[in-house]
Amino acid sequence: MVVAHDFLYQKPSTLLDALKLRAQYGEKCSLLAGGTDLVVNIKERRISPDIVIDIKGIPEFSILEERDGSIFIGSAITFTELIESPLIKSRVPIIAESAHTVASVGVRNRATLVGNICSAVPSLDSAPALLVYKTDVVVESVDGKRIIPIDKWFVAPKKTALQNNEIVLGVLVEIPNSENGTAYMKLGRYSGEDLAQAGVGIMISKNLEYKIAFCAVGPVPRRALKVEAFLNGKEFSSITNELSEIIQSEISPITDIRASKEYRRHMVDVLVERGIKLALSRLQGE
Amino acid sequence: MNKITFIINGEKRSIYVEPNDVLLDVLRDKLGLKSPKCGCERGDCGACSVLLNGKSVRSCLVFAIEVDGCEIETVEGISQNGLSVVQEAFIEMNSFQCGFCAPGVVIATTELLRKNSTPTKEEIKEALAGNLCRCTGYTPILEAVEKISHHNKHNSDNTGGTNE
Repeated sequence: MVVAHDFLYQKPSTLLDALKLRAQYGEKCSLLAGGTDLVVNIKERRISPDIVIDIKGIPEFSILEERDGSIFIGSAITFTELIESPLIKSRVPIIAESAHTVASVGVRNRATLVGNICSAVPSLDSAPALLVYKTDVVVESVDGKRIIPIDKWFVAPKKTALQNNEIVLGVLVEIPNSENGTAYMKLGRYSGEDLAQAGVGIMISKNLEYKIAFCAVGPVPRRALKVEAFLNGKEFSSITNELSEIIQSEISPITDIRASKEYRRHMVDVLVERGIKLALSRLQGE
Repeated sequence: MNKITFIINGEKRSIYVEPNDVLLDVLRDKLGLKSPKCGCERGDCGACSVLLNGKSVRSCLVFAIEVDGCEIETVEGISQNGLSVVQEAFIEMNSFQCGFCAPGVVIATTELLRKNSTPTKEEIKEALAGNLCRCTGYTPILEAVEKISHHNKHNSDNTGGTNE
């Protein structure tokens, strides 16, 4: 298929050049990293940018490193790079686990985690993983740098806190300072390439502090603070009616082509139970 | 028009492209490489897969202008010195009927075996999950790759060497 829409293409080699272009074109520009969402959106005419700025020529965006107790994941880092990174695996393993559930190898070789959170569809697998850690999104414009906590990032379906003169440099994920076990539970129609019908991210620390986040069961991915408050300090054996009620009050799934809202509601309880058990067994080194 | 230079199947080429030219169309229509197929055009089916700097990508989701300075390999390149071990195994096991998905499956399998010459069944399924086949129900495709894996394991157990 020929792409009917014409646009300019620029591949700046410095961040400053990219920020100037971004300031000049504003909402008329699209930022290109992996392109696995962007190219489809341009082809199917959901967006028609005047200019596409390819960020892959800027060295800062390809950084994946530990910085003062956090891990910086640059905007051009692909899911495959995350899966293969020993740093991610040893320090923030749920990021590798959730990256592994995204689409297929051929998409993960190109698609980026930052692109995933910028597309901000409700089912994005990266969100629960980032939400269970203290994660900041680092953005910059010609006016300077801004830090947006991940729980303030997702504003509405496909809408983020990013302003139209800003570019995301990457995310900064704080490495938890206590021993913990994590699990990402994804419900798909089949194992292999599929979008989530429901996703649950779980982190449990040694002193029984729980972090739980959902995707695909509400307009935006978010932490389940009431569920966490209920569970904190408690040993877990199985889902009780009381816990289920709290979980159900934290989600607002819809019926769509992938699943009904009733099925999603039922399965979130199941995923939370399985996820907590898995995270606990990993915490105990089983 | 913008001039881009890249290596395709070992050969350095320079061509002119528009920013909105998709890599798949450029490979097929400008360079005459017909192995990548146009299936879903949105990254779901895997038929258009090519190796970009050694990694499989959906050529329907890459603008041609992005590959300036990169290296691309298609099935034409993989088989330029005769059929590869992967292709021979697919023929032997009757893995395909219509063959439309075959180039994408060859690309995905080649990438897998270059990284891991003795994949398990689960690893094979994971690596090929993004390639849709509507004819054979996947079984003979998976069996062919498993056969190569067993063969490589046997060889490395005996000689320490492997075979792509």
